[in-house]
Amino acid sequence: MIGIVIEALIKSALIAFVLLTAFAYLTFAERKIAALMQVRKGPNRVGPWGLLQPAADGIKLIFKEEVMPAGADKVLFFLAPILTMIPAIVIVAVIPLGPDVELFGRTIRLGITDLNVGLLYILAIASVAVYGIVLAGWSSANKYALLGGLRASAQMISYEIALGLSIIGPIMLAGTLSLQGIVQAQQSSTWYVLWQPLGAMIFLIAGLAELNRAPFDMPEAEQELTAGYFTEYSGMKFSLFFMGEYIKMVAVSAIATTLFFGGYLGPFVDKLPWLGILYFAIKTVGFLFLMIWIRLTLPRLRYDQLMAFGWKVLLPLALFNVVITAVVIVFVG
Amino acid sequence: MAHEWIFIGIILLFGTIFAAVPLVVNTIVAPKKPNVLKNETYECGMETVGDTWIQFKVQYYIFSLVFVIFDVEIVFLFPWAVAYKQLPFFAVVEGVIFIVILAGGLLYAWRKGALDWV
Repeated sequence: MIGIVIEALIKSALIAFVLLTAFAYLTFAERKIAALMQVRKGPNRVGPWGLLQPAADGIKLIFKEEVMPAGADKVLFFLAPILTMIPAIVIVAVIPLGPDVELFGRTIRLGITDLNVGLLYILAIASVAVYGIVLAGWSSANKYALLGGLRASAQMISYEIALGLSIIGPIMLAGTLSLQGIVQAQQSSTWYVLWQPLGAMIFLIAGLAELNRAPFDMPEAEQELTAGYFTEYSGMKFSLFFMGEYIKMVAVSAIATTLFFGGYLGPFVDKLPWLGILYFAIKTVGFLFLMIWIRLTLPRLRYDQLMAFGWKVLLPLALFNVVITAVVIVFVG
Repeated sequence: MAHEWIFIGIILLFGTIFAAVPLVVNTIVAPKKPNVLKNETYECGMETVGDTWIQFKVQYYIFSLVFVIFDVEIVFLFPWAVAYKQLPFFAVVEGVIFIVILAGGLLYAWRKGALDWV
């Protein structure tokens, strides 16, 4: 019992630390990649190649004054950034980073844990993430923020249905909700993206919409809503929203890797289990690069187009994908 | 099985700490000089007119109603999908009929104009 608690403490601390570092360098990478794609130099003053830029940003933000607008609902205004941040960290708990390893005479799971209801857990936590954004928009007593919050919630619940349907494909193929189980099932067959190309596409598109990332970033469309639901936020509360968003980017990439791209699987992984973490990191970084690339390439959708796309294109396609998967499994076996 | 949830509880604790600590540090080290103008609602320099918390577009409400229906139905698909390979052929047909009814519901909402943003 004590052993389990100590193991959990060490792993949680490690994962939270890795996520925060990933957040810091993801913002840096996004600025640097954007600069390179637009033939600029990007951040290059703080440290070699600007590598210390995230640290400088963090220090700056922590010394900033926090402004609480006069009409705001004070409790909700304070709670909203925390409610956005917690699900972002908690959601990665069920993602396997590698096969089990022997360490100090114990069998240790790489990755925090493995629930037999892992995917349900992910969907549940992803739904909780909406609350932080809605409350932020509502409590600010600002019209931009309210509109941003409403748009965000409508968009997130619309795409959540397509997201939920797109992961039914891997569940049917693997016959389990545990993410470790799904990865192991892919070891015996092949990466599920080959069986579920449509499902993987729907998952990625709906995932982008869930994250409010470009081209689905209507809730924070700068030209019309200034900053959307976090217009009134400043200082560390503002950066908690940022952190939540970028950590969720990492989480969605990691889930896509696990469900459709073989998770930690790769050559020699059964002999050297630690290699799994490397493969997993490479695939996840690939997805993160893809998200940044999409943001820099595609223009933003109009709001009615966005809702129409979610309900009239993505949802029927996702339903169709479930039926096709069901039929193919029956006939191919 | 129960001990798997200890891990979840502990990372929940860590998540809360990692969210709360920066806020606490911020309140300690940041300057605090509020004044009436600074605390006004930000509207690009204009003075705010009217209340913010008013009735909003009913369309958002309709979308959330449709969402609740579909989300509940997707939850029913999960156990079917997990047990899919052990199910007899009859259950497969039943599942497909269920999805067709779902699609019918979607078509109904579509034809009624619930999915149109006006």
